[in-house]
Amino acid sequence: MDIILSVEGYAKHFLLHDRGKLIPSAANVNLTVRAGRLTALVGPTGAGKSSVLKGIYRTYLPSNGRLLYRDTHGRVIDLALASEHQVLELRRREVGFVTQFLHCLPRQGALDVVAAPLLTRGLDRDAARERAGALLARLAVPRRLWNVAPATFSGGEKQRVNLARGLIARPRLLLLDEPTASLDPDTTDRAVELLRELKQDGIGMLAIFHHPDLVERLADDVVQLSTPVAAGDLIEELV
Amino acid sequence: MSKILEVRGLTRIHGRGCPLCIEATGPESDTNICPHCASVVAAHDVSFDLYRGEILGIIGESGSGKSTVVKTLYFDDAPTAGEAIFFDDGQQFNLFALNAARQRWLRNHRFGMVYQNPHLGLNFNVSAGGNIAERLLMSDVSHYGAIRARARELLARTEVLAARMDESPRKFSGGMQQRVQIAKALATRPPLLFLDEVTSGLDLSVQAAILDLILEIQHELGTAMIVVTHDLGVVRLLAGRTLVMKYGRVIESGLTDQILEDPQHAYSQRLVAAAL
Repeated sequence: MDIILSVEGYAKHFLLHDRGKLIPSAANVNLTVRAGRLTALVGPTGAGKSSVLKGIYRTYLPSNGRLLYRDTHGRVIDLALASEHQVLELRRREVGFVTQFLHCLPRQGALDVVAAPLLTRGLDRDAARERAGALLARLAVPRRLWNVAPATFSGGEKQRVNLARGLIARPRLLLLDEPTASLDPDTTDRAVELLRELKQDGIGMLAIFHHPDLVERLADDVVQLSTPVAAGDLIEELV
Repeated sequence: MSKILEVRGLTRIHGRGCPLCIEATGPESDTNICPHCASVVAAHDVSFDLYRGEILGIIGESGSGKSTVVKTLYFDDAPTAGEAIFFDDGQQFNLFALNAARQRWLRNHRFGMVYQNPHLGLNFNVSAGGNIAERLLMSDVSHYGAIRARARELLARTEVLAARMDESPRKFSGGMQQRVQIAKALATRPPLLFLDEVTSGLDLSVQAAILDLILEIQHELGTAMIVVTHDLGVVRLLAGRTLVMKYGRVIESGLTDQILEDPQHAYSQRLVAAAL
């Protein structure tokens, strides 16, 4: 089977102790991601799109549901129950996450920032930097910026560095949270081209796009989410 | 991935202690001082595993017991109870059951420590190079030329000017003193390094450079580290997993990004909300 992730009944809510409140973020989400295909998450703001990605990446602890991931060796792991070390290992080898924002060390140059994921996988520095350069060139990041720390970059440039860093290690499962939100049309086209190539290489993707046009261009499956209702509101309605 | 350290039930009580100490202290009691006997429960029942090459963060406010954990593991302080097993080269060391000589041997050869206060980690009566030489001598390197070459190499790696190698670190800036401490701690290529608030009190730009250096070293040498800090930014950058401590207890542990974005415990939620 080519299904690498199947999410069954995922829910996430936040219990805010100080305010004594239970805030629902996502409820009853079901989806699958297949190798070489892109599943797009769509829905209004507040429907919990990011919350699904963060639950899969375990930045959020899922409140409910099963997140069944099939790894390289064909083993199935429920990401909701996986140990912290298992999750760290999967992040290192198989699962990548590209967000809108770039978190990196203040004084590292763009080339090293992009190459970093390859170093953790044991590639030597020169080879890693070479591949990083090729990717930055494809995303039209000017060569004069390669050795400059991205902290000083424009929003669009930062996002290109971020995208390159997320794509370079070619994870088996790639989570994308509005990866092209601040790119101009030309660079967006280049990014689309890259993502298509990754699909051809068999990488499975679960993505949120800011623009419906991108869903049309890239998605093989579309999953519609709707805003979850707070339990408190439900009870009030009943009363 | 293999385990390098296994800590179980680590407890440190300052004072004579009484049967009510544990029950009467901790986050629920809002104190670490026992109201019955005035003993201080600095840490109680701290347990965790550390894997080779991994960086574990410990966060919490002053008095939460986070420094106590690394001080006992580095033998600066003796625990009241608990066990720590260090796995090294196919051998296992039950840290708190070893005699003083064996403990000193591990400390000099296999562990490294960087303190917040450079006075604790450095000898200000000898030069920067001399500080590193001291540590190499303790670990049985005794050829003068070899020691000097290694000291020069380490200081270059931590970006301390070779020209200042023969000066006392007393004259150095805070950031430079930390670099010398890091160089000294790394002198024996230890597989396990403890970092206790190493960037507190430094300028932001100097902090960033030190954090960079720590990550580069972890990358190059695969050193496992325990990073104690009250600065959430530090664990965000360095640590894969993090423990949150309060009044001597671990109240929450998890992946660092999860602790910062989806903290479960009321206290961690307050801590994170206060920092953002």
